Amino acid sequence: MDRVNSMSGASRIKPRGALGTKRRDWREPAVHGVLLLCALVSILTTFAIVATLLEETIAFFEEVSLAEFFGGTTWTPNFTPASYGVLPLLAGTMLIAGLAALFALPIGLITAVFLSEYAPAWLRSILKPLLEVLAGIPTVVLGFFALTFVSPEIVRPLFGTSQIFSALSASIVVGIMVIPLVSSLSEDALTAVPRALRDGAYALGATRFEVARRVVVPAALSGIVASFLLAVSRAVGETMIVALAAGGTPNLTYDPLEAVQTMTAYIVQVSLGDTAQGSIEFRTIFAVGMTLFLMTLVMNVISQYLLSKFREVYE
Amino acid sequence: MIRENLARVVESRDLVTPSEPQTQVDRQNREDVAEPFVEAIDLSVFYGAFQALKNVHLQVPSTEITAIIGPSGCGKSTLIRCFNRMNDSIPGFRAEGQVLFRGRDIYARGIDVVDVRRRIGMVFQKPNPFPKSIYENVAFGPRINGYEGRLQEIVERALRQAALWDEVKDKLKQSALALSGGQQQRLCIARALAIEPDLILMDEPCSALDPVATLKIEDLMRELARDYTIIIVTHNMQQAARVSDSTAVMMMSESRAGELIEFAPTKEVFTNPRNKQTEDYITGRFG
Amino acid sequence: MIRSDQALRRRLRARRGAGLAFAVVCLAAAGVSIGALSILLLDVTLDGAGRLSWDFVNSFPSRKPEDAGIKAALWGTIWMMVLTAAFAVPIGLGAAIYLEEYAPRNWFTRVIQVNIANLAGVPSIVYGLLGLALFVRAMDLNRSVLAGSLTMALLVLPIIIIAAQEALRAVPGSIRDAAYALGASRSQMVFYQVVPVAMPGMMTGIILALSRAIGETAPLIMIGALLFVPFTPSDPLDRFTVLPIQIFNWASRPQAGFQENAAAGILVLLVVLLTMDSVAIVLRNRFQRTHKG
Repeated sequence: MDRVNSMSGASRIKPRGALGTKRRDWREPAVHGVLLLCALVSILTTFAIVATLLEETIAFFEEVSLAEFFGGTTWTPNFTPASYGVLPLLAGTMLIAGLAALFALPIGLITAVFLSEYAPAWLRSILKPLLEVLAGIPTVVLGFFALTFVSPEIVRPLFGTSQIFSALSASIVVGIMVIPLVSSLSEDALTAVPRALRDGAYALGATRFEVARRVVVPAALSGIVASFLLAVSRAVGETMIVALAAGGTPNLTYDPLEAVQTMTAYIVQVSLGDTAQGSIEFRTIFAVGMTLFLMTLVMNVISQYLLSKFREVYE
Repeated sequence: MIRENLARVVESRDLVTPSEPQTQVDRQNREDVAEPFVEAIDLSVFYGAFQALKNVHLQVPSTEITAIIGPSGCGKSTLIRCFNRMNDSIPGFRAEGQVLFRGRDIYARGIDVVDVRRRIGMVFQKPNPFPKSIYENVAFGPRINGYEGRLQEIVERALRQAALWDEVKDKLKQSALALSGGQQQRLCIARALAIEPDLILMDEPCSALDPVATLKIEDLMRELARDYTIIIVTHNMQQAARVSDSTAVMMMSESRAGELIEFAPTKEVFTNPRNKQTEDYITGRFG
Repeated sequence: MIRSDQALRRRLRARRGAGLAFAVVCLAAAGVSIGALSILLLDVTLDGAGRLSWDFVNSFPSRKPEDAGIKAALWGTIWMMVLTAAFAVPIGLGAAIYLEEYAPRNWFTRVIQVNIANLAGVPSIVYGLLGLALFVRAMDLNRSVLAGSLTMALLVLPIIIIAAQEALRAVPGSIRDAAYALGASRSQMVFYQVVPVAMPGMMTGIILALSRAIGETAPLIMIGALLFVPFTPSDPLDRFTVLPIQIFNWASRPQAGFQENAAAGILVLLVVLLTMDSVAIVLRNRFQRTHKG
């Protein structure tokens, strides 16, 4: 077991000279540079989004006043005379997102509590993949479902309306779409709460429900609220379900049984039509898009902030 | 009582293994010693504002085993990791002073740290083989360092030197993670040997292993010391007494910076230490 | 003062009752998801299974629902998926490797991370607007499958980056230490040791991203993927359509025949997605096995 003399033996490490100074090796900096460029693509994307929206929005507001846009109650860009009040679209978006939230947030949270505090392992191994499958269903499929099942079989018989399109049928399905999101993020928050807190409560004689309600959920609250915000943001940005099932005419109302048009559905409608580039009507989709972007951005930023605060405490 | 036991360990070791002439040399007078293989000169280490090592002078003789002992937190790991600049990646790390390796300061400006690490092998506290085959683990070093001849030969030689060849020669393609803890650590030693290092650093190599595996590795160390210079950090004084030729003792000063308080042949450190703190430590009064 | 035994027992029963009621509510909530999914799949299958046939897969759309098929949409989807992957995978993995292995821990890196998290939450239709302005108009790519793929690549990039970063983070630090100690440079360490270990997670992320890309409709409508396309793309600058858009087109028409077509198209889309997810699982298992030896 001698150390083989470097001089004898056919196979060895390449001989090394004296301890050298840094060679001007181009390989390492090149790799570093290429990878940095990849990371910068994300920054460029954000700039591009903001620049694109901004450019057309500014051009739009040269012709239409902010007051009319945010204050007007009729949205008829393709009439003469045109009217550019975005409130009907905004109301449509908020109505659907609100109803969807009403439906999905409690169910999602309860599902999360069930998964983290109650469900035995075998049930979890069934339910979680199922929720993932639900989350992976393309929204156009959900839109079809809303149009061909929820509307004729649930909403119309239940409420006796004859309208094919309604905010309610779209909201229910938007809610279904969002349940897995709420459930998985809330569950992450709940499981991040340390066992010690639960054990302490159990040791005092609390029931499982009480521990969940009074100890775990409050401890995970900021994480749960973050998941709610992300879900609402997602509902606001949803396009295909509302384009198929909610309606195609702007309608300022709070009646869920009426047809409404959301901001996203409007943008799709214009794209499907023959709008000339550079026209004011074309610019409307960017103005509406900018509004949409800012709304979701604010919700996402607050949600990220809450999540980071939550992680600070528990991780 | 403890000190007597340690003294007995050292003496019995000398009886069993033929002691080379070098160990007889009186190390009290450092000027007599041949040029040290690697040397820390006035080395101080800072992590941000916190000073981890203070003014360490250490001359490590070649082809011997030098042990660094001391209580937890006294900077042993920090010191040994300075020898191959593994501390560089820790944020806030700053070194003052010099570490001479073959006469050149490895902390000098412009020195290629990859080049430094290619000449020095390191074995870690917890065995950390790559999640690849046994062959691939040992082959990785020669591959990236460049080799001549046949890789198979280099791998076999390294595994033989690490006393692992017979146990794995039929299963070189199997995953390294399937080996036992002791085998994995010997694999890590083989991996380090494959790059034909000039110096081998071992940071508490046996602390995660059972006593049987530990003894195997200590035997291996003494075999390797015939041809390699080895520095080992250990919190186990008996191990240092069993295995090393020279021992460096470190202590935490009041400012919580680590200091080298004594460096002498192992026999002297454990039978007749010069520093009172050393004596207190080896007799178990603290630490 | 502790209440009397009887009062305690009554309260305990009430508390247990509340707990039981809640457990029922939980099951109901879980049931909603399970029920919705089942009904959806059942509904689609009932509507569409009858329409599925080789003819359906191999025909182009037509004014008459009985003659219409999804050939153009299917090929368009495949073209789009391949081109999207070609752009998004290298850039996404590169960005993730940079952020985890190369980037210094400073404010600039934090900005990049926060930005990626925000991009993941931007509604897909906004990406459509971006694609319209940037790729179709500014870069003059018109309504081509290339423009569509670039848009989708930007859309799914954050998904790939986030998943890949997670996979890299899970690699134990001891592997990096060992590689460095053997004299590896950073790229040698990253590409020979760390990335192979992180690969299963990275591939899962890629498949997830591509699944999302296949199911997206709105951005491609913005790009101008057409509703009535009687041909398959033959080069990246051709016009195109994809499965979700074809489904949307049929679903918007009131005739029952088209509704059936939509359902059948949905089944094809779901089969494609299912295949991709199965491939992901198989690949991931294969990789994990080779690593465990």
